Amino acid sequence: MTQAQITPSTPATAAAMMTLKVKVLRFDPEKDKKAHWETYEVEASAGDRVLDVINHVKWYVDPSLTFRRSCAHGICGSDAMLINGRNRLACKTLLRDVVKKSGDTITVEPIRGLKVEKDLLVDMEPFFDSYKAIMPYFINESPEPAAERIQSPELAERMAHSSNCILCACCTTSCPIFWVNGSYLGPASIVQAHRFIFDSRDEATQQRLNIMNQNTGVWRCRTAYNCTEACPRDIPITQLIEEVKRAVMYQQA
Amino acid sequence: MHHRYDVLVVGAGGAGLMAALYAAKGNVSVACISKLYPTRSHTGAAQGGVGAALGNVQEDHWEWHMFDTIKGGDYLTDQDAAEIFSKDVIEAVYELEHMGLPFSRTEEGKIAQRKFGGHTREFGKAAVERSCYAKDRTGHMILQTLYQQNVKAGTTFYNEFHVTDLIIEDGRCRGVVAYDLSTGEIHTYHAKAVILAAGGYGRIFKITSNALTLTGDLMSIYYRKGLPLEDMEFYQFHPTGLSKLGILVTEGIRGEGGILRNSTGERFMERYAPTIKDLAPRDIVSRSIITEIREGRGVGRDGDAINLDLTHLPRETIEQKLAEITDLARTYLGLDPIKDLVPIQPTAHYAMGGIPTDVNGLCLSDGHGGSIEGLYAAGEQACVSLHGANRLGTNSLGDLIVFGRRAGIYAAQYARQVDYAPMPENPEAESKDMLNRMKNASGTDNAALIRKELQETMMNNVGIFRNGPDMEKQVDIVKELKARYKNVSVSDPSQRYNSELMEAMELGFMLDCAEAMTASALNRTESRGAHDREDYGERDDANWLKHTMAYKDLNNDNNVLIGYKDVSLKGYTRAFEPKPRVY
Repeated sequence: MTQAQITPSTPATAAAMMTLKVKVLRFDPEKDKKAHWETYEVEASAGDRVLDVINHVKWYVDPSLTFRRSCAHGICGSDAMLINGRNRLACKTLLRDVVKKSGDTITVEPIRGLKVEKDLLVDMEPFFDSYKAIMPYFINESPEPAAERIQSPELAERMAHSSNCILCACCTTSCPIFWVNGSYLGPASIVQAHRFIFDSRDEATQQRLNIMNQNTGVWRCRTAYNCTEACPRDIPITQLIEEVKRAVMYQQA
Repeated sequence: MHHRYDVLVVGAGGAGLMAALYAAKGNVSVACISKLYPTRSHTGAAQGGVGAALGNVQEDHWEWHMFDTIKGGDYLTDQDAAEIFSKDVIEAVYELEHMGLPFSRTEEGKIAQRKFGGHTREFGKAAVERSCYAKDRTGHMILQTLYQQNVKAGTTFYNEFHVTDLIIEDGRCRGVVAYDLSTGEIHTYHAKAVILAAGGYGRIFKITSNALTLTGDLMSIYYRKGLPLEDMEFYQFHPTGLSKLGILVTEGIRGEGGILRNSTGERFMERYAPTIKDLAPRDIVSRSIITEIREGRGVGRDGDAINLDLTHLPRETIEQKLAEITDLARTYLGLDPIKDLVPIQPTAHYAMGGIPTDVNGLCLSDGHGGSIEGLYAAGEQACVSLHGANRLGTNSLGDLIVFGRRAGIYAAQYARQVDYAPMPENPEAESKDMLNRMKNASGTDNAALIRKELQETMMNNVGIFRNGPDMEKQVDIVKELKARYKNVSVSDPSQRYNSELMEAMELGFMLDCAEAMTASALNRTESRGAHDREDYGERDDANWLKHTMAYKDLNNDNNVLIGYKDVSLKGYTRAFEPKPRVY
């Protein structure tokens, strides 16, 4: 076990310092045959982010620990991880959300269903391939007006949830259907399809509904609700999937 | 591995994605390299909106926007750039809407607009609704929309490739060298034109709204070639970062009616900017906050914050229009802005300075009209100088789309007219040397500790209020950190996803940016915009109405040479004479 100290980074609401065990599932393809756990003892405060803790391990204890991160406040979608058995963003999970008291252990693993490249970093290409498969771009071939297209606040609000997605993959990689069948487009792609299907200005609704109606599409969903629970942006994903199912059934948004 | 594209874009945030789209429309082959996946870029963190004189809520004109931008920039703004910008940004916002961007809407279904700091009607009379927004996640929607359009256009992306070098010979750019994080291989890209759009370097400061990845890579690479960085002393501290964390809290809150209060509950901005109060430009609000704190009227356990008060706003406004920051306050501080005051403090946010360009994005090699053929830049990393000494809120997103587009158009136009200039032999040699040096260094210095020291000392010595002795001290500190940096060794020997190696490389880039900033700030003996000196409190137009051009002395690694460039004091049809800046 490695000893480490961490400086509290969020003392505005800081509780007392505590000692935690951080158990990380490590895998280096250049030297490991299979993944193994490593545990680091870290001093931290309840207001620290899980990202602060693993950054600390990387910077001061074991620099080879590998993961993605960028904005550190839940908007870029880089640091989805399986934290204490649940998909979350490491930068949007405070220690007080995952541990109760000093001496507790947190576990950090890569998200599931995508190939692990190194430690907590997975191959995102299949995820973005599914994204690209739903035509994730606005289509309207009518002549553009000189100013904006008109859309009522109510119609604009129909995209409020789906356009909030940051493509972090927390939802898709928590979906049991996706785990067993990687060809399922997955919740994130359906949310993206929803964003365009329910955009009153878009003209490709029919094409997207057809994609959703394929056997890799929306009917694979068994409403397990894992996606909704995993979403760090509080998008009601299962509800959006249901709305897409209904649109496919009635062939209109 | 060797690649060849007519136009190569470095960076996949708002400016890079816009440049890539427009270059492709120019019928040339285009690829985009980014050290991230495009949707991870920090454009996505922008919240409050993009300013454009659409006049959807209240009468507005591009001339008013131009004036506000120039006055906001404390007259260091190049007025030709400001005129192009204020006109073009209107059409560019409509274009984003035509690309499907889900803007918030007025009752008539037009793009919704709200007030923002420093944006006024009739040349300063009162605040005007100019910021076009998509809730409080406008940057997120711009990033997503532009990425979607690039997927539609079939743009080739090289994701998680770190650019390590620019190939410039005889005044012409010939391509770039990049490190593939996933394999550890070096790739060379031969290009007719290169567009740099890789963002800022806020991570040189301790408290910042910037992503961990914003380390000034391309600015440093440019500067290492003896080429100038413009106006590096002008760095914006956003007034409202979440206390201790620095996470951005949009100015749109104050645009919607939010108020800053000190420990006595006083709306102190009434004293500093009587006309527009909480909606004064960012440099003024940040200094006012620090002044309140220094005079003992701060809040929080350490008395080093100020309260942002939304509690008088309708619940619906907060939950609908400010959902993002409501979530941030709840997540990170456990506070509910509907009923709680939110403690904030200024946070390092945006570089007004950077790689100098002309209004078409062409990179400048000196302050007297010299340029690098085939090399363009746009966005935060560039200095066209739209923002002068202080950027107005919303003008960064406008800058990305207006000047990203121009860089794309002019780079493609250039690429259509020329042949590939030959690459030198072994263009990757210097990059390989640099990476090998770090991998094989035997020193024991820890990159993270050096970075932490840099961030703390830059914050203390080259922050919101500056003075000669502190900055002189910082010059020496940066020298010492640079010396220690040479002893940093990378302990992870792996080829694949060696993020330790990349972080060590980024630290080298950050040290260059800090060096150029400190030297430029020490040299400018006046106060203007975001550059505020306690020992030279006044703006001095007679001596300092000019841009700084900082060059690395290639004969002495620790020396910075300072030159200057004239400010363009006239637009094409309008000009605004420098006046005292009061709000």
